[in-house]
Amino acid sequence: MRLNQRTLGAAVFTMALLVSAAGCGHKKPPVAPPPPPAPAPESAPTTPAAKPSAPRINTFTAEPRSIERGQSATLRWSVANATDISIDQNLGAVQANGNRQVFPSNTTSYTLTARSAGGSDTRSVTVEVSSPPAPPPPAPPPPTVSGSDMLNREAQDAYFDYDKSEVRDDGRTALTHDADLLKRIFAADPNFSVVIEGHCDERGSAEYNLGLGDRRATSAKEFLVQLGVPAARISTISYGKDRPVCTDANEECYQRNRRAHLAAAK
Amino acid sequence: MKTRLIFTCTAIAASAFVLSGQQPRSEISGHIVNGEKPKIAVIDFRGSGDAQKFMDPFNKTLWDELQGSGALNMIAKSLYPLTVPQVPGDFKAPTTIAPLRRGEAPRAQNNGPWLTDWSGPPVTANYLAFGYTGAQGGQLVLYGWLYNLAQPDPATAQLIGKLYYGSLDADGAKKVAREFAADILQQFGAKSLDGTKIYFVSDRTGAKEIWSMDYDGSNQRAITQYHSVSSMPAVSADGKLVAFTTYALGNPKIMIYSTETMKRVPFYNPVSSAVETPEFTPDGQRLMFATSLEGWVQICIADVNGGNMRRISHVRAIEVSPKVNPKNPSQVVFISGRGGSEQLWRMNIDGGDLAQLTDGDGYVANPAWSPNGQFVAFAWTKGYEPGNYNIFIMDVSKPHEPNQLTKGSGRNENPWFAPDGVHMVFSRKTGTKTQLFTMTADGQNVQQLTTQGNNIQPVWAKGLN
Repeated sequence: MRLNQRTLGAAVFTMALLVSAAGCGHKKPPVAPPPPPAPAPESAPTTPAAKPSAPRINTFTAEPRSIERGQSATLRWSVANATDISIDQNLGAVQANGNRQVFPSNTTSYTLTARSAGGSDTRSVTVEVSSPPAPPPPAPPPPTVSGSDMLNREAQDAYFDYDKSEVRDDGRTALTHDADLLKRIFAADPNFSVVIEGHCDERGSAEYNLGLGDRRATSAKEFLVQLGVPAARISTISYGKDRPVCTDANEECYQRNRRAHLAAAK
Repeated sequence: MKTRLIFTCTAIAASAFVLSGQQPRSEISGHIVNGEKPKIAVIDFRGSGDAQKFMDPFNKTLWDELQGSGALNMIAKSLYPLTVPQVPGDFKAPTTIAPLRRGEAPRAQNNGPWLTDWSGPPVTANYLAFGYTGAQGGQLVLYGWLYNLAQPDPATAQLIGKLYYGSLDADGAKKVAREFAADILQQFGAKSLDGTKIYFVSDRTGAKEIWSMDYDGSNQRAITQYHSVSSMPAVSADGKLVAFTTYALGNPKIMIYSTETMKRVPFYNPVSSAVETPEFTPDGQRLMFATSLEGWVQICIADVNGGNMRRISHVRAIEVSPKVNPKNPSQVVFISGRGGSEQLWRMNIDGGDLAQLTDGDGYVANPAWSPNGQFVAFAWTKGYEPGNYNIFIMDVSKPHEPNQLTKGSGRNENPWFAPDGVHMVFSRKTGTKTQLFTMTADGQNVQQLTTQGNNIQPVWAKGLN
């Protein structure tokens, strides 16, 4: 847009140059101004008409007659035989024929007054102003997906072996994906930080599992940091076996619970 | 094998009596040291007048208290003589009558109840508890006696002869029964559990909260209402403070409550991904706990308000559950993964003099000291799949001789000794539910305490008096 304006400006400037250059090329003597009009005769009426004619307002309209606040209406008028024509509402003196755009904020009557030595004439027109409907709600925040939404949707858990906290090959794949995701989220939201939750299956003791969950969260964090995710924006927490995703007593469920999970830090 | 195990366990329980600080009378300790529990007969007490209405709860309470102590061998009532004494005056010495024929031995003629009715077969009791109750001035009065049946006559047999007063209702009847039972148990060096409290974790409201109850499972009430995860309670030796881990504030933290006011007292926590397993030192001045340091959960100690925190373990292994010997505050047992799988270890409270106590098999958890500082109970998967814990007990001076107290009845964890040194409370998961049970330290007399929700991590504390 700005580029377009600049282009337009350049074009106008170029044309102005061309015009002035053309003027320079074909010089002619300046044309003399027209003579002033002859002064009006001092003496009064040359014709002894009995009386000057009274002014007459032919038309005075508003178009449209009703508007919403903030919109405009156009007043049009045509007056004959008047020497002094004015419209109130601070519009002041006007010509015998003309129009004027008005922006009344409330319903307003405009009165056109035409005067001459022979008398006066007035006519009024009213522009109805209605309130516009309630303003639309403020625009929603820009449609960028929030960091926590992206995390919830795209982050992958890293899974672990029983009583182990070493990141497995499948965990490396998941965390490599997560590192890219975090870098994108961090770039979009400088205030975003992530917490890595460490979880365990139900078989170990509650006490040791808090330690094991802490190890798993720490291992996942260390892996992400190696991939360039800033350590300062990653915290860890261990939930041990207190927040399982399933409670069945079989290896499939145990495996789903032995995990490091990424969540938005509060 | 089974016989030997039971004998050993009984000896352990017996040693616990002997070493519990209250020395029993020498004649009684003789029974115990020999590995035999004293045999006691307890009559069904009757009440005069209005008191009779409350004799069912009285007799049940008296019997349960004595049997539940694990200190006595209860002689079944079906073996008792038809005529039972109610007061000492009921005993009538048998008289000797001349033989009908010359050459025959003189015969004894019974004139009423006598000591030998109870000490001889089929009862063969060593002790007899008897008496009666009456309604007197709107109160329930118990007249209770305990006789040593090894004595020749009632005058010398009497160990207890005492009046007990309670309200004239079922509660009053239970109260006097418990007091009488406590006096009887004291004769055998066993301590009464009356007034002791069990703190534990229950999820019956939908979230893990800290709860308390009386030692028999009554009076269950919530201490916390954080609707988060609050767990791992610990109680100070004087019973006045309870510490636990909670996620109520987001990050895990240790909180400490006064058990007198049920209000929080300050504790300054490290900001950490794990803060857990609080443990008061016996003097109540410091708190041990485990928290994540440099990527590993390690054992620390701090003042009881959290100040002056100091790290004790420095190892790239998970170390949790420090438990201080109540009789030797410089000795700590704890759970460490430094040898591979988590095992029971011992150290000095400064971290020195390390020793592994379990043999490396399976997984070990939840160590708890006996009040006399000689035994440690713990949960172990030895011989079972991961997760299938059983309760074991070990004399810390003989770590190669652990005894298994539970055998494959679900998942048994969180053992904790009662203040009497004879009982334990523990959690048992059968099916999908985990409940709390008590048993005697020989694995016998298992009784269920809880039924609602899941209940874990019991801690048995002395009462506030």
